[in-house]
Amino acid sequence: MIPAAFEYARAASIDEAAKLLDKYGEDAKVLAGGHSLIPLMRLRLAQPSALVDINGIKGLDYIKVEGSKVHVGALTRHVEIQNSDAIKDKLPILAEVAGEVGDNQVRNMGTIGGVVAHADAAGDYPTIALILDADIVTNKRSIPAKDFFKDLFTTPLAANEIVTEVVFPVADGPHKYIKFRRRLFDWAIVGAAAQKMNGGWRIGLTNVGPTPVRAKAVEEALHKGAKPEEASQHASDGLNPSGDLRASPEYKKHLARVLTRRAIEQSA
Amino acid sequence: MKHKVATTINGHRHEHEVEPRLLLVHYIRDVVGLTGTHIGCDTSQCGACTILVDGKAIKSCTMFAVQSEGKSLTTIEGMAQDGKLHPLQQAFWDEHGLQCGYCTPGFIMAAAYLLSQNPNPTDDEIRQGLEGNLCRCTGYVNIVKSVRSAAATMGGAQAKPAAKSVAGRS
Repeated sequence: MIPAAFEYARAASIDEAAKLLDKYGEDAKVLAGGHSLIPLMRLRLAQPSALVDINGIKGLDYIKVEGSKVHVGALTRHVEIQNSDAIKDKLPILAEVAGEVGDNQVRNMGTIGGVVAHADAAGDYPTIALILDADIVTNKRSIPAKDFFKDLFTTPLAANEIVTEVVFPVADGPHKYIKFRRRLFDWAIVGAAAQKMNGGWRIGLTNVGPTPVRAKAVEEALHKGAKPEEASQHASDGLNPSGDLRASPEYKKHLARVLTRRAIEQSA
Repeated sequence: MKHKVATTINGHRHEHEVEPRLLLVHYIRDVVGLTGTHIGCDTSQCGACTILVDGKAIKSCTMFAVQSEGKSLTTIEGMAQDGKLHPLQQAFWDEHGLQCGYCTPGFIMAAAYLLSQNPNPTDDEIRQGLEGNLCRCTGYVNIVKSVRSAAATMGGAQAKPAAKSVAGRS
């Protein structure tokens, strides 16, 4: 399958990338790891007029712990996050999630910035970013995760705006992410995240709607002392997932409840 | 507009003008002429097109040739040295790690990456390390055996003197 023709340019800096995006206009796309974009281009579901390749930009792949924050550069590959001692120590749920993205070859290429900017409903990092109140930093501003994932594949990013890093709070308490799927390298049919933080629980769901979902009703029930099996019954409150080839809406809601319970119970 | 792409593939320098939309696997097969790298699913799943780029296993159907500018690539053709099969190739032969063989180049490259990261993997780690590759002849048991055997040959030759007899088996 051959993608439609496009213009290609390599950027050596974020400024140059922004200028190139200005030059090529709103049909241009940023090329990072390419592991969502290139498959879409081969299927011609995406036909960008130009790709601005940011892989050559130095200093965009880093993991830095500064005080109570963990900064992850946009070009950091999943494999680096998966294996990072700093992430395992300060934000272990992110290492867990990174290790379950795609397969080894995919994790060698795919980037956290790409996943966030792509805003696929089945993306795993967005759920973690949402429940931990992470900030998505671009070349123009910093956007709280709760304002970033607006709709399916839809973010507030302007045409010449580039994600440069994601800033998470340190969260080293009990946690679990359960990615339910039929094959190891698939996207989640439904995913559930549980993170104990500042004495309370943060609960999130992946692929039960157009954006990641924070299950506040579950969090509140747990806060009031409900047991996991009771609290998790609220995981499907207000959900209206669309059915797809893998799961009906009813089944996704069932999975939301079951996986939320398991994620809480298995948090360690 | 075409772009220049200069790479080192299996130690040899290559330079061509290519369209940006040319996928790396098509470049390797159709422009450079190395057809050992196979195209299986063409949807980033099966791993038949796995090669090493700067030592890292990637799926060459999910990268554009222009992205390989300045990089060092290793394909299955770069594994054997001086007419002698690479220990992984020899092990796949000895342990019957293939049936039809279509997936084999990808498996061997993925396994080469795995052993570069973890020279003595457990069977579980081998299966994890090969999660990005599919064999539709369902030959995984012998593939795992092959990688285990190659690990003994390669790691053993350096670290464990007792394993030298394994290395000499072929």
